[in-house]
Amino acid sequence: MTGTIPSPRDMILEVAGLTMRFGGLLAVEKVSFAAMRGDITALIGPNGAGKTTVFNCITGFYRPSSGAIRLHLPGALPVSLHRLPGHRIARAGVARTFQNIRLFPGMTALENLLVAQHNRLMAATGWGIGAVLGLSRYPRAEREAIELARCWLQATALLDRADDPAGALPYGAQRRLEIARAMCTNPSLLCLDEPAAGLNPRESEELARLLLEIRSQGTSILLIEHDMGVVMRISDRVVVLDHGRLIADDIPAVVRADPKVIAAYLGESEEEEEGEAA
Amino acid sequence: MAYALQQLINGISLGMIYGLIAVGYTMVYGIIGMINFAHGDVFMIGAFVALIAVLLLQLGGAMDGPAAILLVLLASMAVTALYGWTLERLAYRPLRGSFRLAPLISAIGMSIVLQNYVQISQGARVKPLEPLVRGGVEVMRDGPFVVQFSYVQMLIIGVTLAVLAVFTLLVTRTPLGRAMRACEQDLKMAALLGIDTNRTISLTFVIGASLAAVAGTMYLLRYGVIDFYIGFLAGVKAFTAAVLGGIGSLPGAVLGGLLIGLIETFWSAYFSVQYKDVAAFSILALTLIFLPTGLLGRQEVEKV
Repeated sequence: MTGTIPSPRDMILEVAGLTMRFGGLLAVEKVSFAAMRGDITALIGPNGAGKTTVFNCITGFYRPSSGAIRLHLPGALPVSLHRLPGHRIARAGVARTFQNIRLFPGMTALENLLVAQHNRLMAATGWGIGAVLGLSRYPRAEREAIELARCWLQATALLDRADDPAGALPYGAQRRLEIARAMCTNPSLLCLDEPAAGLNPRESEELARLLLEIRSQGTSILLIEHDMGVVMRISDRVVVLDHGRLIADDIPAVVRADPKVIAAYLGESEEEEEGEAA
Repeated sequence: MAYALQQLINGISLGMIYGLIAVGYTMVYGIIGMINFAHGDVFMIGAFVALIAVLLLQLGGAMDGPAAILLVLLASMAVTALYGWTLERLAYRPLRGSFRLAPLISAIGMSIVLQNYVQISQGARVKPLEPLVRGGVEVMRDGPFVVQFSYVQMLIIGVTLAVLAVFTLLVTRTPLGRAMRACEQDLKMAALLGIDTNRTISLTFVIGASLAAVAGTMYLLRYGVIDFYIGFLAGVKAFTAAVLGGIGSLPGAVLGGLLIGLIETFWSAYFSVQYKDVAAFSILALTLIFLPTGLLGRQEVEKV
């Protein structure tokens, strides 16, 4: 492991000794790394390296076999994500997107973004009862929610498709909508699983710009990506996994030159399909 | 002609009751993919709570006018909603994530439990209630045959439409309804966006049970005779309605309820009263064979 151990003050996400076992298969073995606040941290590695498994542990889809995942927010005690149920992880400030798109296809683009603001809206409406009775606080909360949703639709160039069913949007637009929806939960940490998959070069370029924009607004990003052009250009730090182990953790320029990383990608590593099920 | 018109009125008012129960089946199926076989008995509980409320009000001498009926309705909805919540909490939530048949078997068990609980606590004998709402409007006269649109039927249709309107607003316009639809489409993703899915599922049961309570109250007012076993037949018929309309589809449930009500009424009127249940259940078999997604259902149906 290269790089210095960062002080907890600057960390947003701390993964410590994470191990995930599926029966006899060791998908992730004692992986430790940290994502810094305000950074874009990329998680890369060949197919089956365990990247998505790490993501699934962070967002509560899997219970890690051992190890810890902590979210550090300023002025608060660290939150142990590996002990929380899914919706609590979201409320703690972690949002994610998926390799395969998981929008609510039957709802409009705008509604998808409003669902993401459910908690704030519910708090403002007294459990939805106020909404039925048309109490005054509800229209304002709903207006603010729509405002935020429109802001993200604007940022993702989807404003003119706001009232179309999400399932009817083109592929690239669905990818952007997923990011917009994740951002509507007001996350401190945004986890993106291969956001550039299936995008053409121009769309990848737009995506890179969107991610830099999100970072500049203060949200930290953890990114799984195969498009090395995007990774090397926008990442502040790159963490490399291979066969469930961490093999590099450094700035992009150093990782790119690391012989272990080159060996993992180009070398004799056979195409093993490890349990990287989404 | 006059005879057919009378059957139409009867069929619609009966169909409204089935539709209200069917909504509960279809909502629960939509969100967790299980058939809540105890839902018919929740309807029966609703009817019993309404009966108890009526008797209590009569005891206090306050059972008088529309306000009293509204009070009975609200009391039945509140108590039955509590039953719905408890049912989910005790019998279904602990089984979430286990194999698919487990909650289904649990539901059948809860159905038996509720029937026996009412049989023991309220007695097995049929409970009569003298009509609270009498009279009606003469719509048409054809010789000796008078087409009557009774006040009870008006009440049933009016209350059902009002309840369904509020319910539709709740589902389409409020954050709560949005969360329910999101959970229906992708439960895990909804959780990742911070929606408390367990609470949303609980609320689905609460809403379904209170709609069943409205149906139970209307049934009591219309027929005036209830016992611990009415939930079974009404439940299976409402389930048929939900399947006919396309299980998972809310407008489908109401449409299916109306159709089952009409088919049953017209069958009794023109063919044979004894075989009216056969007619209703033949619809279930035919729908499952020829139109498995129902009238308004979505195409992909792979859960049972």
